[in-house]
Amino acid sequence: MKSLAELQAIKNRMKDKVVLRDGMEGARVVVGMATCGIAAGARPVLNAFVEGVNKEGLEGKVTVTQTGCIGICQYEPVVEVFEPGKEKVTYVKMNPEKAKEVIEKHLKGGNVVSEYTIGAVAV
Amino acid sequence: MKELSLNILDVAENSVKAGASLTQILLTERGNVLVLEIVDDGCGMSEDVVRSVVDPFYTTRTTRKVGMGIPLLKLACEQTGGSLQISSVTEEADPVAHGTHVRATFYSDHIDFTPLGDVSASVLTLIQGHPDTDFLFRHDKDGRVVELDTRELREVLEDVPLNSYDVMEWIRGNLQEQYEELSEDGGHNGEE
Repeated sequence: MKSLAELQAIKNRMKDKVVLRDGMEGARVVVGMATCGIAAGARPVLNAFVEGVNKEGLEGKVTVTQTGCIGICQYEPVVEVFEPGKEKVTYVKMNPEKAKEVIEKHLKGGNVVSEYTIGAVAV
Repeated sequence: MKELSLNILDVAENSVKAGASLTQILLTERGNVLVLEIVDDGCGMSEDVVRSVVDPFYTTRTTRKVGMGIPLLKLACEQTGGSLQISSVTEEADPVAHGTHVRATFYSDHIDFTPLGDVSASVLTLIQGHPDTDFLFRHDKDGRVVELDTRELREVLEDVPLNSYDVMEWIRGNLQEQYEELSEDGGHNGEE
């Protein structure tokens, strides 16, 4: 059973890491989680980012957060990537597979996956 | 919405936006009757606002004038023969006991009943996005209960954020084990 004792052990392990996170200035991945986003499948997309970022060891460099309606409901699930000193990238009509690709190529490799951006998809 | 769990996620987000410090998500199943309650201690709504939230052309958002969250929940329960009630007390009316109570009743044997889906995933998503507010999740299925109270976890974790990956994985595992136990009990009861 996932006991509270186990949670206590996690806490003891994490304690020192928390300090590191505060001063961090990395990329921010923002997933739209309003009614429109949720209905279009934002929950598994968010999950894919949270899991992928951890799996790829990017927790120190990338934070994954949620926001409300961005205003382009027809393109949901929408994911925005903010990086210091760079222009915002807006990915549209996302799914967990595309999320994995964005983590691999963009967040890890530094190359925007242009074909999933709003510029490529919007007509 | 493809799953009721997505309606739950959506409507619970409203509670967080209303400044709730505790949002309770309560699912009570008795035979073919499923009652979903989302109870918060947020800023509450006036009677006028309560009346209009069920109207899809009402929203507090200023960027656009359409809010579909509550109307979609209303549709999901009414199409099974159930109903939706909202009661709310504003902070002005009662500075202590304010908040909103959304209650939706579903008939799960109705052909238009939307499956509950992955409620644990919705609870996790809420915690991931709002690690500083508390959630009480309780799913009572004919007396067998799955429960998670972030206030209890916070006591153990102290200043370690609830949305740390390892903590989220613990919560995921904990809920999964509780659900497995619940369905095992169910299977056992069925054999008797």
